[in-house]
Amino acid sequence: MTERVINWFKYASPQTFYPLAGRLIPWFWALAALFGAAGLTIGFLLAPTDAQQGEGYRIIFLHVPASWLSMFIYLVMAFWAGIGLAFNIRLSGMMASALAPTGALFAFLSLWTGALWGKPMWGTWWVWDARLTSELILLFLYIGFIALQAAIDDPRRADKAGAILALVGVVNIPIIYFSVKWWNTLHQGASVSLTKAPSMAAMMLWGMLLCALGCWMYSIAIALMRVRTIMLERERHTDWVRSLLDDKG
Amino acid sequence: MHWNSFGEFLAMGDHGLYVWGSLVVMALLLVVEPMLLLRGRRTLVTRLKRQFRAERAELENRRSTPAPQRVSTPHRSQV
Amino acid sequence: MLTLLRAVIGRDLRLAMRRQADIVAAMFFFIIVVSLFPLGVGPEPDQLRRMAPGVLWVAALLATMLSLPRLFADDHRDGTLEQLALAPQPLGLIVLGKVIAHWLVAGLPLVVLAPVLGVQFDLAADALGVLVLSLLIGTPALSGIGAIGAALTLGVRGGGVLLSLLVLPLYIPVLIFGAGAVDATVSGLGPQAHLSLLGALALGGVFFAPWPTAAALRVALE
Repeated sequence: MTERVINWFKYASPQTFYPLAGRLIPWFWALAALFGAAGLTIGFLLAPTDAQQGEGYRIIFLHVPASWLSMFIYLVMAFWAGIGLAFNIRLSGMMASALAPTGALFAFLSLWTGALWGKPMWGTWWVWDARLTSELILLFLYIGFIALQAAIDDPRRADKAGAILALVGVVNIPIIYFSVKWWNTLHQGASVSLTKAPSMAAMMLWGMLLCALGCWMYSIAIALMRVRTIMLERERHTDWVRSLLDDKG
Repeated sequence: MHWNSFGEFLAMGDHGLYVWGSLVVMALLLVVEPMLLLRGRRTLVTRLKRQFRAERAELENRRSTPAPQRVSTPHRSQV
Repeated sequence: MLTLLRAVIGRDLRLAMRRQADIVAAMFFFIIVVSLFPLGVGPEPDQLRRMAPGVLWVAALLATMLSLPRLFADDHRDGTLEQLALAPQPLGLIVLGKVIAHWLVAGLPLVVLAPVLGVQFDLAADALGVLVLSLLIGTPALSGIGAIGAALTLGVRGGGVLLSLLVLPLYIPVLIFGAGAVDATVSGLGPQAHLSLLGALALGGVFFAPWPTAAALRVALE
């Protein structure tokens, strides 16, 4: 048990994590490409037409993975932020800041694909549905996190302040979601029913899952790439960065 | 294969604009993000390398300069 | 504990009284923002009545935001905050006192002004009553949640804009239930459910928010 703990902390040091991440990145890229290609093949080439929505429903293979990832990444980000805050591990804070832009990207993509899905299905680009609204607020939370970290020069303080914000956000997300849902049921103006999802054939489900897995692997690869850059930037005064870059040059 | 012809595939049952609009933007952004990252990383690495090289050169330079000169410019050596 | 709270509140109120211009400015901001809406959308009473809860509540959120950067900035500048952080009393409790003082200075005047502005929007008497009640219950939550943002952006460049970026998304539930309570009264549904949820938010905002705020203050002071 103790050995394992020591092992984990060994990988928590940037010096050992940097080369490890470098070795892992190509694998995650390969997995992302593999899952993405398989999911898109199923979704766009093989899956049958949806009875209610025609071919337009195929956006689901992009929209749902993007939405899942945007929420999942926020949770992971808050998790790393919390770990970093509780145990004072530098790597955790760096992971949290490495994840935020990708999470924001997926939140944006979720809104974009959602709008493009909404237009043919409900005849409007945007409805103030609980899920759409929450997604928009999630994007705001990401932007707040990124802006806060960007505004603070000292990286240690940026990590901690960002961590507190991420944790406050995580506590608030369910409150925001339920309040928006409540608000939405009271304002049943639009005659749009979003809960009537197209009945999922097994093939559609597989396509969606594979696309989501592809996005997940993509996020890991990107986060590892970004965390490596952050490490170099922040640890540029340390010997390991110097020996890494100086000998080659 | 679900599609009979390529034209049908492109048309997506009259929803082509929306479906391809989603796919193209998503694919584009997912390609642009790593490219931006790589570029940022390259500029950082070149900057750091240049900085390290300059620092090493200065260090060697200082080592090779005769001692009296260093004494005459004490502020320099502290920089 | 209560003496500590009272001391913190009393001190902050005295300091605020020395800068009454700030309070008055925030109040006029509230009045002006609310008065701009009819000029923007037209004077039809029906439309104004429907918009009134949302407009008043959004303006209240913005007016509260105005005074938030001040919450810790002055104490930070003159070193008081550092002393408070080193004091044996829990920092969260001190923050709670400052939150209450902020509400008394920034939130309570809005509650007082709201019915006058509601009349501009042709709100009925019962809706006016619920508006005042919802602001009375909801504005403490705004001060509490806002304190987290104020602490996080303490001494950060571009703090004011950043603060609104951080805090406004977190204000959304308060806005929904606050404006919803008035809306529900206007449409005859009864505001009880909204008001009790708003009360829960306010309790959460006032009593839980001081702890992350205290943590953020310690980070800022490091």
